[in-house]
Amino acid sequence: MNIIEQLRRSWAITKKDLSVFYLKGPVVISGLLIPSFLFIAFVFGRKFSLEFLIPGLLGMALFVTVSSIGPVIAPWETRMRTFERLVSAPIALWAIILGDIMASLLFGLFITLFIVCVSVILLGTGILSLTLIVGTILAAFCFSSLGLVISAPPTDNPSNIMMLSSLIKFPLIFISGVFVPISEMGQWKIISFISPLTYYTDLARYSVEGSNYFSPNVDLLVLFGFSILFFVIAVKGHKKSLSKRF
Amino acid sequence: MYAIKVEDLTKQFNGFTAVDHISFMVNYGELFGLLGPNGAGKTTTIRMLTGILKPTTGTAFIGEYDIQKKPLEAKQLMGIVPEMANAYIDLSAIRNLLLIGELYGIQKKKRIEKAENLLRLFGLYEKRYQKVRTFSRGMKQRIIVAMGLMNDPQLLFLDEPTSGLDVESVRLIRELITEFNDKGIAVILTTHNIEEANQLCDRVAIMNHGKIVAIDRPEKLKRTIQSTTSIEVAFDKKVEPGEIIFKGVSEVKKVGDKLRLYTEKPEEIIPVLVKYAGSSGNKIISLNTLAPNLEDVFLKLTKKREE
Ligand SMILES: Nc1ncnc2c1ncn2[C@@H]1O[C@H](COP(=O)(O)OP(=O)(O)OP(=O)(O)O)[C@@H](O)[C@H]1O
Ligand SMILES: [Mg+2]
Repeated sequence: MNIIEQLRRSWAITKKDLSVFYLKGPVVISGLLIPSFLFIAFVFGRKFSLEFLIPGLLGMALFVTVSSIGPVIAPWETRMRTFERLVSAPIALWAIILGDIMASLLFGLFITLFIVCVSVILLGTGILSLTLIVGTILAAFCFSSLGLVISAPPTDNPSNIMMLSSLIKFPLIFISGVFVPISEMGQWKIISFISPLTYYTDLARYSVEGSNYFSPNVDLLVLFGFSILFFVIAVKGHKKSLSKRF
Repeated sequence: MYAIKVEDLTKQFNGFTAVDHISFMVNYGELFGLLGPNGAGKTTTIRMLTGILKPTTGTAFIGEYDIQKKPLEAKQLMGIVPEMANAYIDLSAIRNLLLIGELYGIQKKKRIEKAENLLRLFGLYEKRYQKVRTFSRGMKQRIIVAMGLMNDPQLLFLDEPTSGLDVESVRLIRELITEFNDKGIAVILTTHNIEEANQLCDRVAIMNHGKIVAIDRPEKLKRTIQSTTSIEVAFDKKVEPGEIIFKGVSEVKKVGDKLRLYTEKPEEIIPVLVKYAGSSGNKIISLNTLAPNLEDVFLKLTKKREE
């Protein structure tokens, strides 16, 4: 069955996710509030310049919001018994997963846009560049796919997945150059290379501060690589766990 | 051309055989029932036919498509009402139907038209913009069945579509299933409600422990077992089953407040019963003779395997 048609059906999944899971008062408000609190805490808590803080915050906010809801969709649908109906429709599993990814990508971009607007007001212009826009979309896809990798274990308990998600996400934030620039991490910087967030933060630093560790092209390329990798693992993982969900 | 052709289908879960080498065919226009006790393997069978579970061995064709090799094409032909499935409770009734329409690639205009028609048919049109969360259980089930019909399926799979519903909802759902079946689509219905299978189905497969133990028209199944004519009697005062095993009665069972006597010659047993009542100072309140029914066939066939 042709790919365009599958992509169209995938979009139906995205719309469903957005209205069932994302576009709800509490979700949107906490999505907006958490980055704002982080921002305030950072601005007043540390003696760094805004130019240093904003890229880190941008990276962290995108990462946290994009991967917040995505992982719980599969266990939630399993528990609510809507999932079997979905997978018995003529839509390929990859298209269902892509639909889920797109929903959290759009949600994350919306929140990030808000942060960018605030940053532009605080910093003046200069933060936006084509590279950053492309990088942000790519990173949103990448983190969102990671969320779908996390949701692959065949549980119907969203809190199990939430826990797994926190266990993976928080360490990643700390090793990704959000709080400490990679160049100051000494020999520990090796471990930062395994985190996709590192490359997005690095890209954001380049756009805001003009200085960074890798070149922007390397950042984009690595993010692209991680995206493909996570997407493939997510599809394989869900395929494997599907029969254990019912 | 068959609507479904199943050959030697088996499903094992970690060594446990849930479905055991079953084969059958279903024609278009046929209402086919899978009847069996809990755990017989009905749902597992349906899930293999609808591409949710991968069979351990065997093949299943949906129309011309092998469900394993061409799952999307096969699924495009089917309407599915999974066991205990739910609609999205945070979406309105119509949004649920439209979502399904989109997943089957139905054009927007046609999708809306189709959804509204189904909502009317299922008596939910007035509530179409209400979230499914606010619906009663019967209304939720109607939405799920309507979702199974969104794509004008050639085959409709229904896994216990009426379990736990009130008489009114059950009747509506049964009527609509029959109506769609009359239009020539194949319907595969699982149930453990014998009466439902008897009333609705053209053909019934009785499943037990993963195997099909009998497969035929309900009337023929009834005829296959003899000596199951029975007399149902209710006494004024309580009588223990053991007291009335007369000569010529093979078994006495308690059914609610009545007793059922299985016999090949009811005409000889009735006078004996009347005499028994008179001599023991009891009264007969009601007395019926019953032809063999599907329940007897079912019990007989599913019990035989246990022994
Ligand atoms: N995912 C699974 N893992 C392990 N065993 C399973 C699984 N699904 C079903 N079974 C087992 O397979 C057997 C058949 O189950 P199935 O759900 O097909 O029965 P059923 O005929 O639909 O019963 P019911 O009338 O209760 O719905 C049961 O013994 C069940 O425990
Ligand atoms: Mg079942």
